Amino acid sequence: MNDERELKSSLRPIPNGSGAAAVLSAGIGVCAVAGFALAADKMPAMQRLMIFYRPTGPLSGVTTSAVVVWLLAWGALEVRWRRREVNLPSVGAAAIVLLILSLLLTFPPLADLL
Amino acid sequence: MEMTTREFWSMVHGVGFGGLYLLGCTGAMVELWRRYAPSAAGAVTAADEWFMQLYLGAMTVLAWLAVLSGTYIVYPWYRAAPGAGATDLSRYPQRLLLASPATAGWHSIGMEWKEHVAWLTPIAITMSLAVCVRYGKDLRNQPLLRSMVLGFVLASMVAAGIAGFWGAEITSHAPVRGGSAVQLLHGGSQ
Repeated sequence: MNDERELKSSLRPIPNGSGAAAVLSAGIGVCAVAGFALAADKMPAMQRLMIFYRPTGPLSGVTTSAVVVWLLAWGALEVRWRRREVNLPSVGAAAIVLLILSLLLTFPPLADLL
Repeated sequence: MEMTTREFWSMVHGVGFGGLYLLGCTGAMVELWRRYAPSAAGAVTAADEWFMQLYLGAMTVLAWLAVLSGTYIVYPWYRAAPGAGATDLSRYPQRLLLASPATAGWHSIGMEWKEHVAWLTPIAITMSLAVCVRYGKDLRNQPLLRSMVLGFVLASMVAAGIAGFWGAEITSHAPVRGGSAVQLLHGGSQ
């Protein structure tokens, strides 16, 4: 009986929600790096606020804040989606847009245009 | 044959962690592409699954070590400010680059981009590892998820490549110097 239950459980595919949560939160995390960097570059008050470790300057706060946002987003999405099937094409598209946006926004000549 | 502690840590950060990470990227992509393709011949074995997780785990460790050593060990030496009236800027790479219009771009574009874009790498590869651990051999039944992981590994390689290129160029124009001497090898006298 137990063997039968284990076999059924091993044949059941894992819902895509957990993977979708990891992918989308990674998109949010990388975009947060660009977002915090841009904010620190444009606003002197934000720049001062982002100095978590003086020798490294605002980069310490920018990256630490982005990592915190990423992990919080991942945890929240994982809790909501882990047992569900979600619309992976839409989630993937959103993550790719965020990823491309972060690559572009971290490039100083483009960030300076904003 | 010796180098200073700052040069040593720059090398560990750039060549040791960053360089090894870049070397690992293509291997991860080939394995994900070949072994986990829905049309791939043969089943994904437990050994394949274990290898992939170990490989991505090693890459994740390298990525985090690269950004953390860069941000908290090497970067403070790079951006150190000289005392008032200092004329020799050779120990202050950021100020040395900004002192000339011919080299200022290495900081204002190169370092400004590198210091942020590099952080995309550990986030992307940690996600890839987590998905591979969670789904294991079942990743073959999730082609879109596998494509997403491949895309993020590719993006991590691009980000690490950008950081590595600028790092190497900046080091060639204004290396991080100083600290005590580290004796690497004793050369024979001619």
